Formats: sequence, C-alpha cells, structure tokens
Amino acid sequence: MSINVVLAILVTSLATFSSRFLGAVSSEGIKETSKLFRWFNCLAYSTLAALIARTIIFPVGVLSDASYLSRAIVVLFCLFIFFISKRNFVYPTVISAIIMALLSEYL
Amino acid sequence: MINKEFFFKGFKSILAPDSPAIALGCCFIAIGALLKNLGFNIQESIFSTMLTYALPGSLVMAESLLVGASLLNIFLAVWFVNARLYPMTVSLFPLMMHKSQPKWKYYFSCHFIAVSAWLIMKSNYKNIEKKHRIDFWIGIGSATWTTAVIGTFIGFYASDYLDKNIMIGLAILNPIYFLCMMVGAMKTIQIGASVILGLLLGPIFYFLSPEWSILLGGLVGGTIAYFIGELNVN
Repeated sequence: MSINVVLAILVTSLATFSSRFLGAVSSEGIKETSKLFRWFNCLAYSTLAALIARTIIFPVGVLSDASYLSRAIVVLFCLFIFFISKRNFVYPTVISAIIMALLSEYL
Repeated sequence: MINKEFFFKGFKSILAPDSPAIALGCCFIAIGALLKNLGFNIQESIFSTMLTYALPGSLVMAESLLVGASLLNIFLAVWFVNARLYPMTVSLFPLMMHKSQPKWKYYFSCHFIAVSAWLIMKSNYKNIEKKHRIDFWIGIGSATWTTAVIGTFIGFYASDYLDKNIMIGLAILNPIYFLCMMVGAMKTIQIGASVILGLLLGPIFYFLSPEWSILLGGLVGGTIAYFIGELNVN
C-alpha cells in the first residue's frame, strides 16, 4: 500500500470517528426525555435531509455526470412509487437504479 | 460481554424486506469500483471502508486525493461532511444508555453510526428492552458494516464489467432509499418540519458555502423545527 493513500485513509477515519466518539461521550449526560435530546433529534433528521438534498442536487462522484432533469425525474417518480406502493422502501429504491441507468443512456 | 441473543436479533434485522442492505451494498459496490479507478488496490479499498464506513466521507477523500489535496485539507473536508454523525449519535445513544452496560460497548459501537444503521435502530428500538438495546445495536452495526465491506470487495473486482450508466444507477440508489425512509419517518410535526426544512435549506446554504451547507442546513432547519414542535405541544 502506498504511504500517501494509507495516511489519507487514516486521516479520513480519524475525522469521521471523532464526530462519532464525541457524540457517544456527550450522550452520557443527556436523558431521552429532555428538551436537549429532542433538539438533537431534530438536528439529526434535518442534517440528514440536507445531506440527501445535497447528494441529489449537487452530487460528487459519478452521479454528477447525470443531468439535473434525469435526477429530478427519478426522484419524483420514485416518491410517486413510494406513496402508491403504501410506503414500501424496496420498489422505489430498485426502480430508481433502473430508471437512472436508462435515462443516463438515452437522455 | 455482548448478549448473543440480542446481537443476532440485530444482525438479522438487515434481512427484513424493507432493510437498507441492498441499497447500502449497491452504493459500496460503486465505491469499490470508484476506488479501483482511482488507483487504490484491494487492501486499501477494504481498509478504507472498514475504518471510515461513511459514504460521503469516502467520496470526499477519493476526490481530494485526485486533486492532490494535503492531509490537513482532507481531514477538514471529511470532518465537515461527516460532522452530521455527531447529532446522529447524540440523538440515538441516550436511547441505549443503561447503567448495567460497560462504557466500552458505547465507545466501540459508535463506529457503526451511519444513516442505514441509525434508521434501522430508530424504527426498532421500542421493541427492545433498554438494557439490551446496545447489544441489538452492535448486531445491526456489524451487519451493515459487513455489507459495506462485501459491497466494496464486489465493486472492486466487478469494476471492469460496470459501465458508466450502471455506476450512475447504483449511485442514485442510496439517496433515493434514504429519501423514502426520511419521508416515511415524518410522523410528528417536529420530525416532518425537520426533514422538509433540511431538504430546502441544505441546497440553499450550498450557494453561500458548499463546505458548511449540510451543517448550516441541519442546524438552522432542525432548530426551527424544534421550536415549531414545542410551540405546537404547548
């Protein structure tokens, strides 16, 4: 293994683990019925939603090669499938990959 | 030590029909293929998934390496993207804290905090007695972590057979799965407002600061949603 790559992986894991570990340490003094816990719960859901929106609208990696239109079509169609399938998670997930691959081929 | 009954109960939860295992595995297949294309060998790719176990962080590291960023830049870029793990941990671990359990279990298992495992635990914790939730959580985390490692392995070796369109298809799986799970979790005003505000504010803040957009979107959106929920209760 090249030293640069190994160091990059170690730095990445350190940056990632620090947030997790600080969270675990902070959790010791927080009761699940407290207002602070409810606030953190809101922060967690909101941060995840922000991450998902950013991943779809401003992606990094291979997804950035797909057009905005094709990403928008996939998201809206999959949400439609999600609701008509009585909130089934698997159908829209599998369909999203198929539609996205087809759209990026032909659109 | 770890209670085997609850550990395996958690481990098996990724076999449920609505489990994120397929979406998670497919995304790490894409990561494995990406890392190989960047010049990583198989050991480095597996090592990266095992130690980092966070998709956005791995992507940022890969892109940073590509442009020749320094180690400090990589650390800061990954920290910004993965700082979301802090509120995720604080909003989950108090549900599992029990005085009879040793602290090392919590410090060790915080490595498993990731969107997929977090969402599984959030939707299942009420069915598990509080004392055993940490063992159940370690089971879930081990299963999703193993799925990620296997996905990376498959992706690394399958990369020669995956064309660009298939890779794009695999890359959209995880965001769509998480989007559906978040929409499905909108059962209270507080959570509903958190999700909607996060979805709106994340991209808006991106125009102000791409690095801070996730944190700012989450902080502002989550805080507004918290007060909306509290006012509604009062």
